[in-house]
Formats: sequence, structure tokens, C-alpha cells
Amino acid sequence: MTINPSKSRGHSARVARARVGYLLEVPALLALGAIAIYPLLFNLWLSTRNDVLINPAATRGVGLGNYVTLIQSATFWHDLGRTLFFMVVSVTLEFLVGLGLALVVHREFKARGLVRASILIPWAIPTAVSALLWKMFFDLRSGFVDFALHSLHLPGSQLVWFNSPTLAWVPIIMSDMWKNTPFIALLLLAGLQTIPQELYESARIDGAGGFQAFWAITLPSLRPSIMVALIFRTLSALLVFDAVYVMTGGGPGRATEVVAYYNWSKFMVSLNFGYGATIAVSITLIALVLAGLYVRVLRAQGGLSA
Amino acid sequence: MNKHPRRTGGKVLFSIIVTVIVVYSLLPFYWILKSSLETSSALNQATTSFWPGQITLTHYVALFATENFWRPLLNSVFVAGMTTLLSVLLGSLAAYALARMPIKGKAAVLGFVLLVSFFPQIAMVGPLFLVFRQLHWLNTYQSLIFPYLILSLPITTWILTAFFQQIPKDIEEAAMVDGASIAQTIWQVFAPIAAPGIFTAAILGFLLAWNDLLFALSFLQSPNMFTVPLALVNFRNAYYVHYGQIYAGVVVASVPIALVVLFLQRRIESGLTAGSIKG
Repeated sequence: MTINPSKSRGHSARVARARVGYLLEVPALLALGAIAIYPLLFNLWLSTRNDVLINPAATRGVGLGNYVTLIQSATFWHDLGRTLFFMVVSVTLEFLVGLGLALVVHREFKARGLVRASILIPWAIPTAVSALLWKMFFDLRSGFVDFALHSLHLPGSQLVWFNSPTLAWVPIIMSDMWKNTPFIALLLLAGLQTIPQELYESARIDGAGGFQAFWAITLPSLRPSIMVALIFRTLSALLVFDAVYVMTGGGPGRATEVVAYYNWSKFMVSLNFGYGATIAVSITLIALVLAGLYVRVLRAQGGLSA
Repeated sequence: MNKHPRRTGGKVLFSIIVTVIVVYSLLPFYWILKSSLETSSALNQATTSFWPGQITLTHYVALFATENFWRPLLNSVFVAGMTTLLSVLLGSLAAYALARMPIKGKAAVLGFVLLVSFFPQIAMVGPLFLVFRQLHWLNTYQSLIFPYLILSLPITTWILTAFFQQIPKDIEEAAMVDGASIAQTIWQVFAPIAAPGIFTAAILGFLLAWNDLLFALSFLQSPNMFTVPLALVNFRNAYYVHYGQIYAGVVVASVPIALVVLFLQRRIESGLTAGSIKG
């Protein structure tokens, strides 16, 4: 039996490289497993227990009792409803404004660099800082909104925005939009840049106007980017916490309380880890559905093949 | 679409839109900067002018002298810096394997990394609190550095994999043929070419860790450990609300970020799109 020496050396080198390759992946996978998968499993176990830190004597297994309590909890459903409301309003607004921004910045004009920088800065500001910024913007005495409404003799000055169950949402949504719209704009801009210019030229030859070209070419070509942007934003709207915590603390009353805030207060205020874990498992399930959607979108684009 | 607005009407409308965008983005900054420079008595009255009145640096002095705002700044830099270091290290190793090595299951690994980035941060708060309590880790830097990996590591791994795939293989293959080991090839040939991509991943990883409030709020207890967002939020929980100092603190927290964005705009943009669209 004769073996081609160079071929066999090539093969064993390949095996050795593959072995090194698997080793290189291990640290990252271990780290993610420890800080993501382990808490997830821990939550599943905790959610079947009555586990309140300040009352250790009452710690015991309760089966699916916590889930029954959760399903029967009016507070939870109200919070989920408010979260959905926030999600629909903020994601819709951010998408429309983000698309507009992307279309504007896609053009070539003098101040383009300035505009791109000025929309990217809000994205980089921490959410809590953005919330503080907008909280003071709507402040009764030193805020801009009150000053502007008063100067222009418009109604609404002297208004304590955060005391109103409905109006308190306005600063929360404004702050969320301010910080997150740039991200959508960037994703859509990247999508716009991949559309071949010839498509528009041939459309013009066929007599299509700018608006028709937008419907027939721009929107369909942007579909993958739009999906990615919408899924990402929907997920973070589902998990909105910082802005609510900083601006209203869920108030007035529970008027701006969202599920992540409810979950946090069960964990860290009531120290009720069993019930908190039950809420956490439910939120995780919703998030994983969104993740599944995202993976399907990426597959359709051929984006998951390394 | 027509890339150059031709009609004058269109041009004017376009300029108006651009102005609105810039004003919407920057006006809140102007307003807080203006307010941070006003006296406490002016802040307690209704605002009467768009421009600052009597300018004072009292709030900035108090922010650093009384509140010792250096401390949260240093805490944040350290925590976000260590997170970035770990993310880039672990992320580069994994990304190199994914981009270069003849291994199986790459799509599964990338899919898993992606899935993890969808895990809700809020869901981890309870279990991690209990674990850190057992380990006596509450109120320590590591109680933030490790959980922050969930924010930074997925995106760094994705960005680095995307960047590494774009680097031509020929150079490394030539080095290997010349008898260099894998380690030598990576350090001497690959790393210098990959540096810009690694830098991009590091900026994004840093910004994501710098952004967090939730974990800091849940795992830290004493003010000398607070990160910047937590310290700013906690000013209002004191007996008396020092609005001027909060405003000054927001300015101090925002200016470095704004400068980073201005200087590294292209990198951040390319990193964000590479991290979310390309695999």
C-alpha cells in the first residue's frame, strides 16, 4: 500500500487545525453558557418554587403554582398590554422616522457628514442618560417643552407631564425614539447602498416617477434590512426598562409600568425570586420567538453560513 | 432615485428636513448644557430665555468636589474596559476559528451566539443575583464584568467573524508554507491586518457595556462602586434633588461619548451593520 506522503501530511495538518479550531471556540461558548444558559435553567427551576429571600422558612416546591398565579394576575396582563402599546407606538414611529432619515442621508449633500454624526451621537448615549436628558427636557420649570409652549402661547405649558397617566408616555417614547431611531436608519442606509443604481435608471426609462420607483424598487429591496431592524427594535421595546425606571418609576400609579419593570420589582424589591423567575421565563419565551423569526430572516438572506 | 435634488422647491424642503433632523438630535444636548451652567435659583424658576443667563460652573465644581463624580467615571471605564478586553479576546479566538479553521457546525455556533444576544437581560437579574450572593460577589466589579459579556461578546464575535472572513487567506497560507506555526502566523501575520476590525469590535463592545443600568442597579450597593448611569440616576434619590448637578453630570457623561462618535463614526457604522446583517 502506497500513501502519497504530501497528501497524508495535508490531511493530518487539517485535522490538527480543526482541533485547534474547536479549542478556540470553547472559551467564548463557555462564557456565554455560564452567563446566559445557566441563569435560564436556574430560572426554570426557581419558577417551580416559592422562594422569597426575606422568608427563607417558606421556601418549597410549588410545581406550576407560580404560573397559575401569573396567568391570573391582572397586574401582569395590564403590564403586558402597556408593553405592547409602547412596542407598537415606538417601533412604528422609529421605523417611519428611521426610513426617512436613511433616505435623506443616502443622498449626497454638503452637510451629510454632520447629519450622520449628529444622528449617531444619540445612539451612543446610554439609555439612562438619554432618559435623564428627556426628563429634564419635559421638566416643568427648567424644561425646553414648557418654555417653548409658553413662549409660543400654546396650550400645555404649566403641565406636569409625568403626573398624567397618558401624557407620561410622551417623554418616554420621545427618549426611546431619540436614542434608537439612528440604529434603524443605519441598518436601512446599509440596505439602500446595496440597491443597484441601474434599477432606478431602467425604471425612469420606463416612465416611473420617484414615488413609483420607491414602491416598486426601494421598499422591496429593503425588505431584509427592514425585517432585521423591526425584529431588533421589537425585542428591545419588549424589554424596555431604563427609560421607565428613570423617568416615571412605572407611575403615576402603575400607568407606565411595563413587564420588565414588573419583573425587576419582583426580583429586586420584593426579593421574590420564585415568582420573578416565572415572569422571567415568560419574557424569555416571547424573546425566543422573536429570535426564531430573526434566524429565519437571516437564513433567507444566506447570512448564517460562515 | 435622483441623487441631486434639482428643483428649488425640493431643495428648500430638503434643507428644512435636514435642519429638523439636526435640531432634534442636538437640541436636548444644548438645553441640558445651558441648564447645567445656570444658577440653582434660575433653575428653580420658569425658564424665560432660550440662551443662558448668568453663567456659573458651580454645578460642575460640586459634581466633582462634593459628589466625587471621578469615582463613577473611573468605575465605568474600568468595568466597561475589562468587559471589552475579555469580549475581544474570547471573540477573536472564536471568530478566527469560525472564519479560518476547517471545523464543523459553524452555522450552529453563530446561531447560538445570536440566540444568546436575544436573551432578555432582565431574566438574568434574579439568578445572577442569587449566584453572586453565594459567591460574595455582590457590590464588586466582577459582578458587572462577567454579566456584561452577554451584552458585548455576541456582537464582537459576529463583527470579528465578518471582518476576518474578508481578510484574504493567501498571506497566512504563505506564512504557513514558510514553516511558521499557527500561533506565529496569527500574531505576526494575521493580527496586524485584523487590527482595525478588532478595534471596531472593541468600540462597540465598550459602548454596550458602558450603556448598562439594569445590572449595575441590581448588583451594586455602595455609591463608591456605582457606574456613571447608576450614579446619575441616584442623585435624585438623595434627600434633596440637586438638579444642577444631575445636568452637569449628564453633560460630563455625554461629551466623551459624543467625541468618540465624531472621531470613529465610520468604524461604528460599519461595525453595527456588519454585526447585524452579515454573518
